[in-house]
Amino acid sequence: MNASSKSSSRQIKQRLGFSLLAVMTLATVIPIIAVIIYIIVLGSPAISWEFISGFPSDGMRSGGIWPAIVGTFYLTLGTAVFAVPLGIGAAIYLSEYAQNNRWTQLIRIAIINLAGIPSVVYGLFGLGLFVLFLEFGTSILAGSLTLSIMTLPVIISTTEEALRAVPQSFRTVSISVGATQWQTIRRIVLPQALPGMLTGVILGLERAAGETAPILFTVAAFFLPRLPGSPMDATMALPYHLFVISTQVPGMPVKIQYGTALVLLIFILGMNFIANSIRSRARAKRQW
Amino acid sequence: MTALKQILRETALATVFYSIYNPVLMKLIRSFIPLLIFIAITGCSTPTGASDDGPLPTTNTIENKGSDTIVNLALAWAEQYQKLHPEVRISVTGGGSGTGMAALINGTVDIANASRQIKAKEIESAQANGGDPVEFIIARDAIAIIVNLENPVNELTLRQLSDIYSGKITNWREVGGEDRPIVRLSRETNSGTHVYFLETVLRLGDKEDKTLFSTNTLLLPSSEGISVEIRQNPNAIGYDGLGYVTEDMKVVAVARDAGGPYIYPSAESVNNGAYPIARDLYMYTNGQPTGAIAAYIEWILSPEAQPIVTALGFVPVLNP
Amino acid sequence: METTRNWREIFITQLIKASGYSAIIFVAMIFYFLIREGLPTLSEVSFSTLFSTRWYPIEAYYGILPLIGGSIIITIGATLIAVPFGIGGAIYIAEIAPRWLRDMLKPLVEVLGGLPSVVLGFLGILILSPNLRILLDLPTGLTALAGSLLLGGIAIPTVVSVAEDALDAVPKSYRDAALALGATEWQTIWRVTLPAARSGVLTAVMLGVGRAIGETMTVMMVTGNAPMLPKGLSALLAPARTMTATIAAEMGEVANGSVHYHVLFFIGMVLFIISLIVNVTASAVVFKQRKRAERILS
Repeated sequence: MNASSKSSSRQIKQRLGFSLLAVMTLATVIPIIAVIIYIIVLGSPAISWEFISGFPSDGMRSGGIWPAIVGTFYLTLGTAVFAVPLGIGAAIYLSEYAQNNRWTQLIRIAIINLAGIPSVVYGLFGLGLFVLFLEFGTSILAGSLTLSIMTLPVIISTTEEALRAVPQSFRTVSISVGATQWQTIRRIVLPQALPGMLTGVILGLERAAGETAPILFTVAAFFLPRLPGSPMDATMALPYHLFVISTQVPGMPVKIQYGTALVLLIFILGMNFIANSIRSRARAKRQW
Repeated sequence: MTALKQILRETALATVFYSIYNPVLMKLIRSFIPLLIFIAITGCSTPTGASDDGPLPTTNTIENKGSDTIVNLALAWAEQYQKLHPEVRISVTGGGSGTGMAALINGTVDIANASRQIKAKEIESAQANGGDPVEFIIARDAIAIIVNLENPVNELTLRQLSDIYSGKITNWREVGGEDRPIVRLSRETNSGTHVYFLETVLRLGDKEDKTLFSTNTLLLPSSEGISVEIRQNPNAIGYDGLGYVTEDMKVVAVARDAGGPYIYPSAESVNNGAYPIARDLYMYTNGQPTGAIAAYIEWILSPEAQPIVTALGFVPVLNP
Repeated sequence: METTRNWREIFITQLIKASGYSAIIFVAMIFYFLIREGLPTLSEVSFSTLFSTRWYPIEAYYGILPLIGGSIIITIGATLIAVPFGIGGAIYIAEIAPRWLRDMLKPLVEVLGGLPSVVLGFLGILILSPNLRILLDLPTGLTALAGSLLLGGIAIPTVVSVAEDALDAVPKSYRDAALALGATEWQTIWRVTLPAARSGVLTAVMLGVGRAIGETMTVMMVTGNAPMLPKGLSALLAPARTMTATIAAEMGEVANGSVHYHVLFFIGMVLFIISLIVNVTASAVVFKQRKRAERILS
């Protein structure tokens, strides 16, 4: 076999290989687009101001999903309250203070583990600890605490990455003009890392907003006639509401199901979009 | 705690300072303002509890939880009652009769809905926790046997149903249908409907019988799950409360014995005892109910509320 | 003024240190809780019952083997889908696609990862399982396969992002050297880049698998939840019941402290330990590879 035919057979192999991979990627991506379009098409007839701002009526077969939207909003907020300070603190520790010893390795392993625990096990833990043992009952408090532990690893790892991306020179210069370590962190490192941190926080909260299993036993209610008045109240929530109306209620109009799915999707994708734009804007404006 | 206050003040000042100069941080602050308001509001309010025995306060909350069979009925009742009595808040949740019972035993619910009677063991557990379950029959229900519209089978005996669900009969042609495998649909084990079906149909009422569902019986998380599968799968057979049967499914007539009359489920055949798979639906409270809970249950048993029962496809307790 | 500043600095530093260790505390708490509520199972339920093949908890049949089997078969199915498509997609995005395409594809794949599982489950009941039944001529479409397809879809974005990062991190010099020696890009990918990114890709796969094992709502809605012990790969075409769906479906109904309650926590413990093993192994592999890479590159 001469050189040119050998190279052309390799070229053919390469072209085939590239096309195969392209097809595989397409096969992954096209269903995503199809799913989104499908939900948008079937769900948008249901979207109206009454749908978003009204309460469910007629056994939830008509009316709106406002309490579920508010519930998800409160849960996301509650998760942020607990997870953001704790997560950012832990990330600062790992990035700025921790030494490379066994304890730090243990912390990292713990974070990886928290990230891998199935969501239903979090629900179990939340039920056992917050709802029963600490007697918070099914409440926004119990749900937020459960969701926040679940969100912690995402916030910690993305924040740590953002902090580490800030060049060491920034810190060195700051220390050399006499600032303490905390002053350096607060005034120099944190502001620089802020976009990355924000992205991480939003992505973490996005996951918390879409989860059903952890809130099943800790906060979710089938129907509440009024909005929750305090963190000790149970609440409806979008993911649980979608689950319930697609499986529990007979004669549920299809468009209400898809409408709810669409609202949930907009919520989630909206957060995703915000996180991504912050990330790309920050990358462009980076000072290093 | 002046050091702490100084830290807080410093942080607040720094945030304000930066927010004026840094647009990204400003966005962060703006998104957290609702958070701060939330904290401010909720920090000042005290936790609300479920209403309990005692004088009627101005706002009352009733926690109602349990059977998925009853949940839509409970919801319809709750909606109607709250229109008449806006000072009462009723929250309704499903999860299955078992869930309601567990909540009753744990003391976390005011009214537990159950589509089966409370078991002796559950009464024991409740009493061990200091409770005392009181039973109310609030409606009656027929369990309809449903199959796909295309399925030619119209009638089955209890024995045949038992054999189908225990796995002895596996093909539709054994009961007069087409040559198709039988796909058995059932509710989950936490459902009162499931337990009732186990005792009445699979075990034919025999308390000593140990027959179980076949392992390949699909345990679907809700009544609607069963409906969805029945509608599009000609191999499927399922059971569900009459209230869940829609026009795109076929109801099978059931006979007690091979010779006996095949009866269709209806309010009439339930009340005159002809239909063999009928049952009472219950609400349980912890101890004799008082106050708002008592008023609500009284209303449910009144001629005002029972028409809602019929509207949802169940059988009212009071015969008009 | 000087002393208050030091005071503050120390206080804040302690807070930060405490947050750092909080991760360990939480993992320990979860583990402790699961064990506390799960271990009584071993004294309440005999070993032979626990490892029997019948799961029917309301009549005290606590055989967890069908559940473990169900989780395993669905995860295997999901892995069989996620690995080729995930790694293939990662290679395409990282190495082959032009920049404009890559900037479009990456966020799109991330979107799939963000889709709430309940939405996928909902579409699964309405669209996937009826079509599976008709396409493959099965008694019912509510099968392990439906679960695997959806879980594979959920795991793919995880595999793609982590693997793509790993491939991206391979130094350009490796590729340039291979190309300079006359290899085609295709050969370079398979014989140089991919092996160099081996540890990252392996991590990606393990994270994807971890995600699949832990998924709850989707499997609860589409797999039929029948506790059948899977016998071989054909069990993919039959219904199955996962450990996660069992907990989600039954947790609401258990009385605090009952045997059933303990068994469910026991299952939670098993899930926790499985994810622990998967994650620790994945990180150990990464640590080892990183050490080796540091040695090589130094």
